[in-house]
Amino acid sequence: MQNMNLYSRGDKFFVKINMVLVALFTISTLYPFIYIAAMSFSSGFAATSGKVVLTPIQSTLAAYNVVLAEPEFWRSYLNTFIYTIGGTIMSLLIVIPGAYALSRPQLLGRRFWNLLVAFTMWFNAGMIPFWLNMRDLGLLDSYFGIIIAFAVNAFNIILLRNFFESIPSSFEEAARMDGANEFQILWKVYMPLSKAAIATITLFCVVARWNGFFWAMILLSDESKIPLQVYLRHTIQRLSDDEEFTTTLITAPYSVETVTAAIIICSIIPVLLFYPFIQKYFNKGILLGGVKE
Amino acid sequence: MSDEHTASIPKTEKSNVEVRHDRRNERLTWLIDHFKREWQIYVMLAPAIIWFLLFLYKPMYGLQIAFKDYSIFRGIDGSPWVGWEHFGTLFGSDQFVRAVWNTIKISALNLLFGFPAPIILALMFNEILNATFKKTAQTIVYLPHFISSVIIAGIVITAFSPSAGIVNTIIGWFGFEPIYFLTKPEWFRPIFIGTGIWQEAGFGSIVFLAAIAGVNPSLYESAVVDGANRWQMMWKITIPSIMPTILIMLIIRIGNIMEVSFELIILLYQPATYATADVVNTFIYRQGIQGGQYDIAAAAGLFNAVVAFVLVMTANSISKRFSRTSLW
Repeated sequence: MQNMNLYSRGDKFFVKINMVLVALFTISTLYPFIYIAAMSFSSGFAATSGKVVLTPIQSTLAAYNVVLAEPEFWRSYLNTFIYTIGGTIMSLLIVIPGAYALSRPQLLGRRFWNLLVAFTMWFNAGMIPFWLNMRDLGLLDSYFGIIIAFAVNAFNIILLRNFFESIPSSFEEAARMDGANEFQILWKVYMPLSKAAIATITLFCVVARWNGFFWAMILLSDESKIPLQVYLRHTIQRLSDDEEFTTTLITAPYSVETVTAAIIICSIIPVLLFYPFIQKYFNKGILLGGVKE
Repeated sequence: MSDEHTASIPKTEKSNVEVRHDRRNERLTWLIDHFKREWQIYVMLAPAIIWFLLFLYKPMYGLQIAFKDYSIFRGIDGSPWVGWEHFGTLFGSDQFVRAVWNTIKISALNLLFGFPAPIILALMFNEILNATFKKTAQTIVYLPHFISSVIIAGIVITAFSPSAGIVNTIIGWFGFEPIYFLTKPEWFRPIFIGTGIWQEAGFGSIVFLAAIAGVNPSLYESAVVDGANRWQMMWKITIPSIMPTILIMLIIRIGNIMEVSFELIILLYQPATYATADVVNTFIYRQGIQGGQYDIAAAAGLFNAVVAFVLVMTANSISKRFSRTSLW
């Protein structure tokens, strides 16, 4: 960046105004999280009477005690880990070899296979046929169903295929001379060279799995199999419909709002812990690489 | 060969058959050889292709129920054809027509307000000299992109709640009556679009920051020599330089007009706000998944998919024309 000394008085003013505006936008992005955190530690009375603004009012752990005492909460937390880890492993097992095969020049019908994959980015049968298909395959209410049905998407395969294609074939020649087969070349030559691209895809998978809610809500009716996001949704609905709960509000140390806020905080914490790793891979080149098809 | 030409007719025919036979054999042995040599890449490809056929192409076959009187007991193949009947029902229904209009309106508003937001943010980030401040601000504004829509909805519901929510607390400071935001149709679109900007403007700015990083620095150097100030440089150099990126992103956005983040709508809307909040995908969800009218819902989905396909294809071909001059 240019030296500040080169800036005229007008420029310095412009820079300062700009900094204030960016700071304002940043604070308004951050504020809702602070607000929810403050809410989660406030008393039910303070929350329902609209007293919580920035810091906890009448601090209490009542809301957390309610949330953490529910075995369903822990069950759904465990389920989210199962779907995230299982789903991401399944994705990598299918996507990496698939992308590698599609990048091989000797693959017969390569254009056809690539089109078969890319077409699904432009045309999709939609919600209902997909749901009926899941039912016909007997994958409703099953861990395996959720893990397999969302394992692949065209964008990830194409992103990785483009990356593999950009690796010069000179890299694999030595390995081929030594008699390495395709699996060994993928494992020992291509994968080490594509660490950044594979990390990006892993990241996409983990984030999508952790946040995945809509299909889990539709495909799973067994409460013991639902992930955290669906549990959060059910709880918000249940609490706001539960009249008994609402009438005890005045006396209870927690309220709909504080309990909701506590669940939100509990489910954000792992994202925040994972976030520094995500940030390492905000590599614009890789994020953009997939866009050009 | 010339000998064969002079030979008698039956002999030629026979040898032609033989030649064809040989060629077929040759091709067959080549294929067998190829698969013997390269079977591994087909083993690698198979899981992906099977997955696409089973989870994305098989539903496309099931899409035919849009033209059938589907019943669960008869199945997809056994249900009788009804032609375009479901489409007639859909376009005769106020709810569906309203959902189509709502989809278009929400997308148009998103284009108007949601599209410029990340560009403005990227330009602003570019003018910040303090690296620590810039990095911290970026870290924070990228964060909401990674938060699930259930949590986003939970935050919105809490913040806009009539008694407890911060928005009504602030309104109360100015002496106004609390507003039941989430039950008012006129408030749905501003809240939905504002939430979208809050969640995505930061992450969306990455693309434009990348484009700005690609601008030739000598342009700025010569502008400084000419005595241009920052404001002028932004308008005369930075914005024109990233115009190809802006255009491509705009075209992609227009191509995705039928795609609204309906997950968030399902979480935020209620019967009181259907008038402005109900989009095609939420209509399909209610009619199909909740109401069990699979055939009509599938027809609505087919309509959506075909419109989206045409838009995406048009957008693709336009963007190809631009991409020659683009930064990608």
